[in-house]
Amino acid sequence: MSQIHVQTTINGDETEFLCDAEETLLDALRDKLGLTGAKEGCGTGDCGACSVTVDGRLVCSCLVLGAEAQGREITTIEGMANGDELHPLQQKFLDHAALQCGICTPGFLVAAKALLDHTPDPTETEVRYWLAGNLCRCTGYDKIIRAVMDTAAEMRGA
Amino acid sequence: MLDKTADNGEFKYVGTRPQRPDGLDKVTGRARFGADMVMPGMLVGKVLRSPHAHAKIKSIDTSAAEALKGVKAVITADDFTIDVPEAEYDTMVNCIAHGKVLYDGHGVAAVAATSQAIANKALKLIKVDYEVLPHVTDVEEACKDDAPLLHDNIFTEGLDEAPTTPSNISGRVQFGHGDVEKGFADADTIVERKFRTEATHQGYIEPHACVGNLSADGTGELWCCTQGHFMVRNSCAAILGIDISRLRVTASEIGGGFGGKTTIFIEPIALALSRKAGRPVKVVMTRDEVFRATGPTSSASMWIKIGAKSDGTITAMEGLLKYQGGAFKGTWVSLGCMTAFACYRADHMKTVGYDVLVNRPRAAAYRAPGAPMAAFAVESVVTELAEKLGIDPLEFRLQNAAKEGDQSSYGPKHRAHGLIETLETAKAHAHYDVPLGPNQGRGIACGFWFNFGGETSTSLNIGADGTVNISVGTVDVGGSRASMCLMVAEELGVPYEKVRCVVADTSSLGHNDTTDGSRTTFASGMALILSARDAKQKLCARAAKIWEIPEEAVEWVDGHARPAGPNAGEFDPMSLAEIAGKAETTGGPIAGHHEYNARGAGVSFATHMVDTEVDPDTGRVTVLRYTVIQDAGKAVHPAYVEGQFQGGAVQGIGWAINEEYIYGEDGRLQNPGFLDYRIPVASDLPMIDTVIIENPNKGHPYGVRGVGETSIVPPMAAIANSVSAAVGVRLTELPMSPPRVLKAMDDAKA
Amino acid sequence: MRFEAPSTVEAAVSLLAAESGMARVLAGGTDLLVQMKSGMSEPDLVVDIKRIEALHEITEEDGGYRIGAAVPGICLGEHEGVKTAWPGVVEGTELIGSTQIQGRATMVGNLCNCSPAADSVPAMAAAGAVARVTGPDGTRDVPVEQIAAGPGKSNLAKGEMVESVFLPARPAHASDAYLRFIPRTEMDIAVVGCGVNLVFDQDGLCIEARVALGAVAARVFIVPDAAEALVGTQVDDAALDALAAACSAAATPIDDKRGTVEFRKKVAGVLARRAATIARDRAKGSA
Repeated sequence: MSQIHVQTTINGDETEFLCDAEETLLDALRDKLGLTGAKEGCGTGDCGACSVTVDGRLVCSCLVLGAEAQGREITTIEGMANGDELHPLQQKFLDHAALQCGICTPGFLVAAKALLDHTPDPTETEVRYWLAGNLCRCTGYDKIIRAVMDTAAEMRGA
Repeated sequence: MLDKTADNGEFKYVGTRPQRPDGLDKVTGRARFGADMVMPGMLVGKVLRSPHAHAKIKSIDTSAAEALKGVKAVITADDFTIDVPEAEYDTMVNCIAHGKVLYDGHGVAAVAATSQAIANKALKLIKVDYEVLPHVTDVEEACKDDAPLLHDNIFTEGLDEAPTTPSNISGRVQFGHGDVEKGFADADTIVERKFRTEATHQGYIEPHACVGNLSADGTGELWCCTQGHFMVRNSCAAILGIDISRLRVTASEIGGGFGGKTTIFIEPIALALSRKAGRPVKVVMTRDEVFRATGPTSSASMWIKIGAKSDGTITAMEGLLKYQGGAFKGTWVSLGCMTAFACYRADHMKTVGYDVLVNRPRAAAYRAPGAPMAAFAVESVVTELAEKLGIDPLEFRLQNAAKEGDQSSYGPKHRAHGLIETLETAKAHAHYDVPLGPNQGRGIACGFWFNFGGETSTSLNIGADGTVNISVGTVDVGGSRASMCLMVAEELGVPYEKVRCVVADTSSLGHNDTTDGSRTTFASGMALILSARDAKQKLCARAAKIWEIPEEAVEWVDGHARPAGPNAGEFDPMSLAEIAGKAETTGGPIAGHHEYNARGAGVSFATHMVDTEVDPDTGRVTVLRYTVIQDAGKAVHPAYVEGQFQGGAVQGIGWAINEEYIYGEDGRLQNPGFLDYRIPVASDLPMIDTVIIENPNKGHPYGVRGVGETSIVPPMAAIANSVSAAVGVRLTELPMSPPRVLKAMDDAKA
Repeated sequence: MRFEAPSTVEAAVSLLAAESGMARVLAGGTDLLVQMKSGMSEPDLVVDIKRIEALHEITEEDGGYRIGAAVPGICLGEHEGVKTAWPGVVEGTELIGSTQIQGRATMVGNLCNCSPAADSVPAMAAAGAVARVTGPDGTRDVPVEQIAAGPGKSNLAKGEMVESVFLPARPAHASDAYLRFIPRTEMDIAVVGCGVNLVFDQDGLCIEARVALGAVAARVFIVPDAAEALVGTQVDDAALDALAAACSAAATPIDDKRGTVEFRKKVAGVLARRAATIARDRAKGSA
């Protein structure tokens, strides 16, 4: 069985890769394209460490086939900073010590950005429910939630 | 040892909250974790795992797998035949079964292939002929005389009379002092109860991963996520029969460990596959493998009895603890016995523990291993006893808290510590006075962990521009590099940003014990302080040389060498950068180092307070408010200290309410995934309030105590006390999942 | 395995019908990919239906709504019309998994996965939703509760797929609600699920009721006794007690890792009562 040729846009760059039909977008990103920022914590959509957006929608890339990326716009953690300028969420995660081991951090940042793009003024409860699909075992979430709330406030100019 | 405190010398860097050195890489996706490594020519390794809880391996036929195109190596226990030291034997057999599988998920064989798909296909082609044996997964069942026997060469140790028949009970331990019978005779009120806890998993988000590259001549390299790469090196070298000097292990960034990455599982497999295939091999566990074959903690069956006089003085404390450690001998019950009563002072204490073997994965350390379940039982009884005596549970704890000079439950006399301060702080905390609504309850509990020092080696190198590189051999699991940099900046008097810390590979430093026992900030930190003092002496010597005055006439103050007194001569202070810039002409590179077996680790106590609400119709427990108060000795980077408090508390909340290993009748794990092994999610929780107490550890120059583990000790008891108060029934089993709580409520009504 | 992404329903059906091995439809993929990864399902052909434009649509039809098979939960939740008419169905669908899952998982996929614990299905069944099934022999409409044959097994014939679900027009003084019980607040599979759909007359008397339970039998099912307990009442405490008793009695759950028989039977009644209260208050405009 020959591989599938996929043409897609990743972080604004036109990209192509070959993948097996069974191969996930996560595997394609990590193994074919060297974009290892998305992590596989579970492979079943239960941890959110592989979060990316596809055409602006937040998804677990472990539950997307690589072949489905054809013609789509994908963004990953690698596309979050603008060159050497961090996205405010990235800076706030550092300021608030919102990471310990850091394995879940890319997924949280991608998911939190999707939230703030969608809801610039979330309540704490909204942040907690939006991020419920991102597991963190180190922090107890406290500092992550604070970092997201603080970013939202700053981005609103509050 | 303690020579710098907030009182005698203001800390300039220690106690601040700067950005961590590895932070930028971690928020941009650049940080390289275990599975992120690629080596040229790399193969994919996969492990075949047992579907049976207990079975004899009659034969393994690997021929079809070997014949599959793209398969480069297949290994079984036959590839691990050398004489392995006893200390590593169980570890090896846990990685790959020798003759018998002992639990669902036990490794049986492994393949290396050119792709994941081929490796998976090859696993299916390996034919294992099993003779299924009766199994046992329950700790009490395993203790029975007619229980299926895991090993025929284990005889219970620690009995007065050596047994003649093998047993699943590998050992009996006893700790304590005084005479509990006498103590109970003196008591006016006694409470005794039985408790059960289920096994939980450390639940780190990063599955185990490694890339091994081992040549036929026994020279190799290994990249892996671990809490201790020196441990990995030594264990793998022993199992593979190679010189430890020939194996260079590099620790990747680690995606959580919590004790679960203090041993090896796939690393010798990857190396053995690599040696056979002649190419590097990457092995990454699936989440299913992580749950079935790594971790977990012990499940426990416990009995606790405590007596007190009517004035509230505890007279005797006694406990019987049975912990299963999985399919191999464990030491966890000893730690449970030693810590159970550590928060209290009583003339008569006794704990007896049994280490029990069952057909489950070999228990690994999990944050204060052995202590949380014992604390759940003890702290539940302490609160119940206080209530029976009509004394506020917090006051009762204050009255009986262990103090400096008291005989501890585990042997030595207590040194100064902050237990009383944590209790006093709880009492004064706003949380303590928040009014409670219907179906709500408040619980408090205390917790203790020893903390550890251990073998440590660090080095410090000063660059020509006056910046400082420090190398540690202790893996950074939660931001410890920031703490290392802070302590060195403090000691040398240079800005934090001028100090960079790396976790060096095993060929670059002397042996370092694993990042466990909350030892890293304490032991590597102290080694670095001493390395910096070593370097400072050399810096002073260089300044002396430049000034042409005796070395003793130079002192180091605020990042500068300066003449020690008016008689030393008139010289302008010389900065570290200035001295470093002249190093070439004054004797070459300037460095400091320190190697030792660190002593003086300070214990850490905590008091937790929690409010819960219980749905009276479904038994569902919601955590409303949570406060952690813990003694850190000295918080080097307070934000990461708070993070340790919060993270441990939330792991404890998970353990208390929903996390558990569920085994079916067939002995197979029913919930090997994050869907049904339910760790807390963000929406389950409130903010976790923290208060850092700083009662300095006299065994560390800055007073630092380990902080990482104590935080998981009190939560289950605190929540049990809270839930029991909310529903009016004492909960004695973990997890306090909705079906269990509802049943307890219904049983009480009936 | 082959991967195909046709652009019409006809082409999708042809592919599914022509495949001699196992063929699976890929909509959101949040169940299928998990099954593939675990080895539970090893399809020879996967047909991605997300390139079929029509299946992304939510259209008004006869006062009700037709929801395409490729509409993810998040889009349903953003549709004001459906949310107003069928809040219970929308909340059931929105409970499926995390935000990430919502970006992919579809109501139709949830239906076709045939899990007894599917969150959208009790709400749809209570709503009287009808699935439009298209196959090599044409198109037929099937009540949603008849799609599943048992856990993981459907009544669809080879080559058939569900292309949409129709939610009927919402009468006056009517509303619905769905509640599930899970141990955490998110990310769990329902231990019990209950959808309630109520219609009242002008005087506040319940004239029509449909109650469906999930996760307490091999399939999601309608509980006629539960409806009977409510019809002709104001859905007051006595009626709610009868409803709860009927639901607990109708539940025939199993003991498993997610809950016990005893717990599920009891909670089926508790949830029915709570869901009916919400549906009542919504219908009466007080919620």
